Amino acid sequence: MALVNPEFVDAVSRGEFNASACMNCGVCSAVCPMGIELLPRKLFRYVLLGIEDRVLDNTETIYSCLLCKMCEANCPARVRIAENVRYLRYYINKKVFKL
Amino acid sequence: MPLPTGDTIGILADNLRKRNSVLPISAGNATKWASGLSLPRGTKTVLYTGMMYQLIPYIAAMSKVQAGIEDSFLVNFIKLGRQVNKVINISAFMAMPSKSMKEAYNRILVNIAALLQQAGVQFGYLYEEELYSGALIYDLGVDDLLGEHAQKVYNTFKKHGVKNVITVDPHTTNMLRSVYPALIKGYDLNVKSYLEVLVERKIQPKNSLNLEAVIHDSCVYARYENVLNEQRTLLANAGVDVKEPENSGKFTLCCGGPAESLYPNKAKAGAQKRIDQLIKVSTNAVTMCPICFVNLQKAAGDRLRLNDISTYLVQAYCGEGGACAAR
Ligand code: SF4
Ligand code: SF4
Repeated sequence: MALVNPEFVDAVSRGEFNASACMNCGVCSAVCPMGIELLPRKLFRYVLLGIEDRVLDNTETIYSCLLCKMCEANCPARVRIAENVRYLRYYINKKVFKL
Repeated sequence: MPLPTGDTIGILADNLRKRNSVLPISAGNATKWASGLSLPRGTKTVLYTGMMYQLIPYIAAMSKVQAGIEDSFLVNFIKLGRQVNKVINISAFMAMPSKSMKEAYNRILVNIAALLQQAGVQFGYLYEEELYSGALIYDLGVDDLLGEHAQKVYNTFKKHGVKNVITVDPHTTNMLRSVYPALIKGYDLNVKSYLEVLVERKIQPKNSLNLEAVIHDSCVYARYENVLNEQRTLLANAGVDVKEPENSGKFTLCCGGPAESLYPNKAKAGAQKRIDQLIKVSTNAVTMCPICFVNLQKAAGDRLRLNDISTYLVQAYCGEGGACAAR
């Protein structure tokens, strides 16, 4: 059973975590040169739902993203995927790596 | 097991905080390219290298070591490294690049300076006062540190009365033009890539190169900074028949390079994919970012002749043998 942290999205976003427009179409995963299956469809959804553990389980995926925006260039919902990934990194850097 | 992410980021961040660069190199190595060019210090318009072309040979030498240790017990070395690095600059003891590699990257900067002079642009340089832009730290999400560093970079420009900044690579262009304004109150620098400046100045070719090359757009120029036409205009006027690969322009495929600092093996796989696309179109390829250049070159071996765009441009716009004043 995943633990839900209702404050998670606010802690990650520092203002705006732009993912709620995502309609789960799968285009981002299909075009990602790294084959990042989880981003952003499931991962961003976990953030919006406050399921912090699942996000932290995917640290390697989060740091593997090239921030190349191929996904964004193809996303029909204009989700700001690269910026969201950077927000997640900022959160993990502080919370997990204590940087 | 991959490289320990937190510790690797920690070393890069400590370096930026204490030594103003993710990978500190000596002032001599950072400014060597400009020796003999007599560029004035500072001035209203400066050529800002952001140190990317100078750093790449060192990063390449280090990543050779890193790629070897990924998936091995030696990852513990990096953990030890962070503590030691706080006191001693451990990067200084890591692999050193060859003299010829350093010269090749310095030559690119000399070419860019020559092209700007040819286009009639008056500019200076900050020499050893020039600071790295912090691009890698931004990508890794160490935003608090980036904010402090950006202010330092900005203060240095202000100290010299700089108003216009000419950049040489897409990552630095993006940092100074699109990232810094949100971090610094009253930010007022006018930032352009040298490719944009050359087009704006309507630089005229002295000869035609009569060759074909497949173009590899940088993701950052294409999707962050919307620099897509300038490189094509300059190459076409230089007599280069520009071939477009599968995934070009706005939909260019990343070279894989941004994965280099944490996941060198993933970076290599990304580059291989792109090389396969480029080779289908031509055996000459042109890049416009030092990260793309080094990462693709490693993956290409001798299957593809890769050149930084400035190498072609200097030959066409500066005459036979690229004989502009700065050279
Ligand atoms: S492409 Fe955009 S809308 Fe489609 S799944 Fe990805 S983020 Fe969601
Ligand atoms: S920005 Fe990241 S998730 Fe999007 S296509 Fe590039 S590597 Fe994949």
